[in-house]
Amino acid sequence: MLTLIAEILVALLIVIGSTFALIGSFGLIKLPDLATRLHGPTKATTLGVGAVLIASMIYFTVLEGDFSFHELVITLFLFLTAPLTANFIAKAYLHRHIRHDDLPSTNREEGWATYDPPGEEGPLAPTQNPVTEPPARTPAGGA
Amino acid sequence: MIDLALLYGFIALALALLCTAWRLSFGPTMADRILALDTMVIDTLALIVLYGIHHGRSVLFEAAILIAMVGFISTVAYCRFILRGDVIE
Repeated sequence: MLTLIAEILVALLIVIGSTFALIGSFGLIKLPDLATRLHGPTKATTLGVGAVLIASMIYFTVLEGDFSFHELVITLFLFLTAPLTANFIAKAYLHRHIRHDDLPSTNREEGWATYDPPGEEGPLAPTQNPVTEPPARTPAGGA
Repeated sequence: MIDLALLYGFIALALALLCTAWRLSFGPTMADRILALDTMVIDTLALIVLYGIHHGRSVLFEAAILIAMVGFISTVAYCRFILRGDVIE
């Protein structure tokens, strides 16, 4: 009985996980630009891989009889690193392809933190996008 | 039942890998290609785990852990290279 329940659970988790991974990767094709494309892999695919890993943990624990933490370690690692990679890719995209003037104001004293020069910390780092000025939008062609 | 689910999972992940390969080939910006590579690593990870279930071998998880770490580090290194022009300052 326990074996049957475990089999059903494992099969269900594998199907759910691989479907989510497929949806996340399909979003990579379907969505229009990088800022939206980041959503697919970072959320759907990570969830899918997590489901597959939990399925494998249940399979090896119940049906094969050897319990291991490896899958939990991988799941934890993926869930910790997915936001980091998304943040880094978004930063790289901002620096390479978006002009600083096109970004909306942060409505705070500081500008966008990713444009601060490296090594300067604290609330009084030089700002290039202050709140007191009107939204800094220049016409196309302006620097 | 698990065999059927595994078959479905293999097919779905192969299609997912094709999607990422498309984005990797035609991605207009460099960030798109990095994102496609990162997704490809995650899909490959799922494929390896499914392969381990298929063969009933838990040895393959060492490979899965290694691929997860190498994928993360290479993504971060590539992004830092674009951001700063240098990987380790």
